[in-house]
Amino acid sequence: MLKKLILGAAALAVAGTVQVTTVSAEDTLYIPSLSYRTGPFAGAGGPISNGFADYFNMLNERDGGIGGAKLVVEECETAYNAQKGVECYEATKGNGALAYNPYSTGITLQLIPKAPVDQIPVLSMGYGLSAAAVGEKFPWTFNYPASYWSQMSSILKYIDANGGVKGKKIGFIYLDVGYGKEPIPLLDKLAPEMGFEWVGFPVGVKEMQNQGATWLNVRKERPDWMIMWGFGAMNPTAIKEAAKIRFPMDKFIGNWWAGAHADLEPVGEAGKGYKASSFSGIGTDFPALQDVIKYVVDAGKSQAKKEDVGKVLYNRGLFNAVIMAEAIRAGQKSSGKVKITGVEMRDGLESFVLDEARLKEIGLEGFTAPITASCKDHEGSGAIFVQQWDGKTWNRISDLIPPMTDVVKPLLEEAADKYVSEQTDWKTQSCG
Amino acid sequence: MELLKQIFVEPFEVMYALPDLLLQTLWEGFVSGTLYSLIALGFVLIFKASGVFNFAQGIMVVFAALTLVGIHAFGVPAFLAVILTLGVMALLAFTVVRVVMKPLVNQPDIILFMSTIGITFILIAGGQLIFGGEPKAMITEELGLPTGASDWEVGGGIVIFQHIDIAAAVIAALLIAGLALFFNKTKTGRALRAVADDHQAALSVGISLEYIWVVVWFAAGVVALTAGILWAAKSDVSFALQVVALKALPVLVLGGFTSIPGAIVGGLIIGFGEKLFDLYWGVPILGGGTESWFAFIIALLFLLYRPEGLFGEKLIERI
Repeated sequence: MLKKLILGAAALAVAGTVQVTTVSAEDTLYIPSLSYRTGPFAGAGGPISNGFADYFNMLNERDGGIGGAKLVVEECETAYNAQKGVECYEATKGNGALAYNPYSTGITLQLIPKAPVDQIPVLSMGYGLSAAAVGEKFPWTFNYPASYWSQMSSILKYIDANGGVKGKKIGFIYLDVGYGKEPIPLLDKLAPEMGFEWVGFPVGVKEMQNQGATWLNVRKERPDWMIMWGFGAMNPTAIKEAAKIRFPMDKFIGNWWAGAHADLEPVGEAGKGYKASSFSGIGTDFPALQDVIKYVVDAGKSQAKKEDVGKVLYNRGLFNAVIMAEAIRAGQKSSGKVKITGVEMRDGLESFVLDEARLKEIGLEGFTAPITASCKDHEGSGAIFVQQWDGKTWNRISDLIPPMTDVVKPLLEEAADKYVSEQTDWKTQSCG
Repeated sequence: MELLKQIFVEPFEVMYALPDLLLQTLWEGFVSGTLYSLIALGFVLIFKASGVFNFAQGIMVVFAALTLVGIHAFGVPAFLAVILTLGVMALLAFTVVRVVMKPLVNQPDIILFMSTIGITFILIAGGQLIFGGEPKAMITEELGLPTGASDWEVGGGIVIFQHIDIAAAVIAALLIAGLALFFNKTKTGRALRAVADDHQAALSVGISLEYIWVVVWFAAGVVALTAGILWAAKSDVSFALQVVALKALPVLVLGGFTSIPGAIVGGLIIGFGEKLFDLYWGVPILGGGTESWFAFIIALLFLLYRPEGLFGEKLIERI
């Protein structure tokens, strides 16, 4: 009997990787959530999915949804696996999916060619293919509020403003996959222009928690600054190793996937001074967050613990839902319909306005840089800010830092042209 | 010509110019090597007793560490949490033997191997269900493990000895020595070796196969808990940790699947080798990142020229 139970549980564990149900109702808007609450990156996936779902639930509870239509968020577990992500996409797209938020560069790359075919947009918020920022070449893909290349240029601007980059050696430690390598073309381009030298330190996925050799190399190379494009277990390990070789923490700056509470809480005091870029506010000191707590968390309708609300990745997921919600409103307005389709959602993603007045109106004043969506620019402002770990939590320490648009934009256009030239039957759009 | 210089001249110039870095590299290699040996030992124990390659050893490391941290999170003092975790690992050993191993006695090796893959999935799902998937900090200080570092000035530079690394090397060495003594000098250890030599002959002289298997699975659980504590202290407790256990595979190929001394020597060779190679040859010639495959290349060479490993038993089959 016990054996049968265990075998049954194992079968359920395997079958449970793709769990979806059929959803269709006149007064609902269906939003699939490709989550990863399991697997090596579950520490990031859980809070993101919680923030994403809780904002929509808050809109349902407080406002009755958007435009009178209730929002149905359905999770499909990908375990951060591209193959499972595609399975989730195929299993849910028929339910009237408005847009996909893959939360994985690997899954995003798989979905980019599918989006125009199925006419469901992909919003890879601050990840995925940098070139997708060029709206004319990628009509169905968006990466608001910033691409990886914009982010790297802003980080270099920050370093330049804090001691200068000219004549300096910058170490770049990165997860040795597509995501980690994404900003390398920008480093190659900017190094001679800004007069710095850069040296790369790749970390294999299998070596995320075994970086001894990597940091011996860092010690040998003696960089002035370290920039990290890490994720999951790679981040705390790298910061602990940096502390071990006594690398100055205030000269170590991560990207927005290397700056979460989950990354630094296992490090604690040893990580004091470490910095990271971000584009979403920290804490619950925003009216919208207070509403989420009131209508969802305190009402027992959230998967998040109350103390985790307001942490970096929870707020990142919430901000993703804000962009989706604003695009839905714009799509409803332009189409004159409450129950919009993927096509109208795409139009909404090209026309929503999240300016300072609107941010204030929705209770997120000062939370992020304003975004004015457009047909041409699928990235938005690209501005980031820098936050710093004080041993216990993150604190914002800089104003918004806009990217080097003059450098980044031509590179994005070049990369977009290259991508399109490698596709067959790729449809671009004209933005007038 | 430039390549030859990069291979045969420049690494030794750097070693000579920066002796502190060389010594630091050797120390890091030694610490990693002892931890690899420890993880490999978990595989060897079960393989010796049952001929099963335990694919679940990696997830056992994660499961044991998660259990410890999870129990402590309920306010249980650290040392009591260790004892309770050992109890959980004993229960796991008993359950695995009763539910999986015993019903599969005399099945082909591949069936037993597949069953350990099944155990892996159950432990992953169970661990996530009970403790959640988010990373957790190891309770290093609560367990009394030392923090801080000592410096040794040498050749104009310093070699940094993290106290946790010293403790890890000492604990791993003591556990390996203790297990080696247990399995060589005690009655249970002799019974284990009898089982390893011939199941049926061992049964015929009254040795309980089930008892021996429970003992070795529990010993593998103790090894997993120790490895989990020591490795998670360097990073965090997360499911990504199970991948580190893959490093035991080349260690086993080098040392032999049935040899405890082989696991020790193999672990040290891999530990020293990957650190030295990456720093002095990997980065200048290949751009770095060699740590993830260097050990497997060494293992491949051994498989080609000495498949039984350094200390393994040579398998001769008549056909």
